[in-house]
Amino acid sequence: MAMENVNDMLIVTEAPHARGKSTTSSIMLDVIVALIPTLIAGIIVFGFRSLALTAVCMVSAVAFEWAWCKILKKPSSIGDFSAALTGLLLALNLPVTMPYWMAICGSLFAIIVVKQFFGGIGHNFMNPALAARAFLLTSWAQAMTTWAVPFSKTSIFSSADAVTSATPLVQLAQSVDATSSATAVAESTANLPSYLDLFLGNIGGCIGEVSALAILIGAAYLLARRVISIRIPGTYILTVAVLTFVFGGKDGFFTGDALYHVLSGGLLIGAFFMATDYVTTPYTKKGQIIFGVGCGVLTSVIRLYGGYPEGVSYSILLMNVLSPLIERYTVPKKFGAVKTGKGGAN
Amino acid sequence: MRLKGKNIFGLATFKGGIHPDDMKAATCKKPIVDLPASREMVYPLQQSLGVPAVPCVQVGDRVLMGQKIAEAGGFVSAHIHSAVSGIVTAIEPRMTVSGIKMNSIIIENDGLDELCDIIKPKDWRDMSPKEIVEVVREAGVVGLGGATFPTHIKLSPPEGKKVEYVIINGAECEPYLTSDHRAMLETPEEIIEGLKIMLKVFGLKTGYIGIEVNKPDAIEKMAEYAEKEKDVEIRVVALKTKYPQGSEKHLIKAVTGREVPSGKLPVDVGTVVDNIDTCAAIARVFMYGTPLLKRIVTVSGDCVQNPSNFRVRIGTNVQDVIEKCGGFIKPAAKVIIGGPMMGVAISDVDIPIIKGSAGILGFSADAVAKKKVQNCLRCGRCAEGCPMNLLPNALKDAVLLEDMEKLNKLGVMDCIQCGSCTYVCPAEQTPLQYIRTGKAKLIKARQEAKK
Repeated sequence: MAMENVNDMLIVTEAPHARGKSTTSSIMLDVIVALIPTLIAGIIVFGFRSLALTAVCMVSAVAFEWAWCKILKKPSSIGDFSAALTGLLLALNLPVTMPYWMAICGSLFAIIVVKQFFGGIGHNFMNPALAARAFLLTSWAQAMTTWAVPFSKTSIFSSADAVTSATPLVQLAQSVDATSSATAVAESTANLPSYLDLFLGNIGGCIGEVSALAILIGAAYLLARRVISIRIPGTYILTVAVLTFVFGGKDGFFTGDALYHVLSGGLLIGAFFMATDYVTTPYTKKGQIIFGVGCGVLTSVIRLYGGYPEGVSYSILLMNVLSPLIERYTVPKKFGAVKTGKGGAN
Repeated sequence: MRLKGKNIFGLATFKGGIHPDDMKAATCKKPIVDLPASREMVYPLQQSLGVPAVPCVQVGDRVLMGQKIAEAGGFVSAHIHSAVSGIVTAIEPRMTVSGIKMNSIIIENDGLDELCDIIKPKDWRDMSPKEIVEVVREAGVVGLGGATFPTHIKLSPPEGKKVEYVIINGAECEPYLTSDHRAMLETPEEIIEGLKIMLKVFGLKTGYIGIEVNKPDAIEKMAEYAEKEKDVEIRVVALKTKYPQGSEKHLIKAVTGREVPSGKLPVDVGTVVDNIDTCAAIARVFMYGTPLLKRIVTVSGDCVQNPSNFRVRIGTNVQDVIEKCGGFIKPAAKVIIGGPMMGVAISDVDIPIIKGSAGILGFSADAVAKKKVQNCLRCGRCAEGCPMNLLPNALKDAVLLEDMEKLNKLGVMDCIQCGSCTYVCPAEQTPLQYIRTGKAKLIKARQEAKK
């Protein structure tokens, strides 16, 4: 008995038949949108070369992803926007004076070596943009630590004549360094940017790390859209604040400038946009808290006692590698699990 | 209003869960309409959880409306009654909702609706708990929420187990379905009566009705009727709107704060849960003397011209029900019996409504377009949505690796198959499908280990 308007072959699949609205590409787009204020802040502070560098990174990252899929005869994955996001994050982690060709090398490393060699989206064990940043820092240390003075208008075509400065964290490290001469300490201390400069972005540094305000606007958007939870960034930032307050002062314990540490360097962009990367961080709630605290401890140790003035990217990369182990030991207690006696479905 | 919210931070609920669009607007204002029976009524012998029923009529017999046509085949089983009067024309395999042919009693409806003489109102107040349970068993009542667990078993707790909470499930958390919502608005007195009968069985003075707050009119109506009761106290519990709030274990958690231990039953924490329509069915057995002959079915979905709520006689053909809503206005690519989260997609619409058929949903090809499966992002949404607090993506990996020890450790048998993990997955993965496979594999491995 046939019925009108019923397909000859009805689709039979397992339940559930309904699907949520979130997709991989909608999530990636949300993160890209959340980074727009940060990019705009970078353009205001460092000029249009920031935009040009960002475009170079994004286009090259997408091109490498496309080419990889083409060569391996796999369906193109550029539509999920994850390669574009990697390019954007990489650019925001570079100094504005970075030569374009070096940035392209960074994209190549991020997409091909870190991501595709391990199986593409979902399979990389390190954050591609951060791993690429570490790769560039090792390869071209000079170029990666040349910081343009804010509002000095670096030329889009040549960065050779850029006016350079130190980042606030370098200055802070000098100001509390016991081995520096008294005059050097006094000079560094006097030159430290104000909290307001740190908050708005009137400082030297990578394109995406200078304006705390812009990063927080993006972070609020991601939290409101429930793309990220506060667990990792919250514990990360709190840990850094506590540890730098306790151990970071030059006049003994509990005299450190926690606010300065939180606002400067890559901590905010790292905590909200890198340490929240799904693929390379634990997905268990407890694991996320351990991950955030771990990042905070490592960052504080590197900043206060290490050779580098900045430790955010290495901290996150190290914790990325630990994620599978953290997940293994943070399996949540299931509903109905009994504390004593024998339980389990038998 | 006697409302009861357990959680001091807000409404009573549980941890985890998801928030699908409820899609109930299409039918929640549509009063329940009585539907005429089909010319040919089909009664598959498996209509409840447990063993199939055994026919007690023969081909050629004339049966009356309300007459028992099949006997329970065991303890976990239920009688089946004819919802029409007519002639038994065949007992043969027919297509069912589960996609396989199953032995069924076919009755040619004579349209006279001649009532069986055993149908007489009964006064439960004079009966002992045992007698009440026997009447319910005789009436073939099963859980109408979808699980079709025989109700008389729920009403007979094992020796030594004391029931302290009787909870009526008005959560109706499945999207699209509004049959329980309409029943609460239209027949609140039957629901209250049914609850009172259950309280009498367990010797209790307080009963609970849990309703999601997306049905404020139902909460108000039930509270108004609960207020009238003097002998017993009936508390209406406002529940947070969240899927799967209507899951038995999660409703118990929300109302009582108790957690049913892994592998145990609600009765192990002193609770019994019954669905709204089941509760009303119990009441009707006594008020009018009728066994379970009808159930409420919501017909909805983007292909349906006039989404409706029907009181359908069990055995009616699904096509006849769809025709009564004006048929499908565009080609249906998928037809679901039940809700979109836990319902069953059928391959053929020429099947009967059975006791567990809560809804008929027709969807066009656009609405059910399948998207490409992408790599897992490890975003953790499946774990966050899991009401059992399991790790669906880790379970999936364990299934692929056939790691039985890990499957067991991660609690594969605790999965209630609500589908929240698959619903929320942004990469279009289907963790639940793997988990079902994992359950089957683990059961098989355990059986082999026993040999």
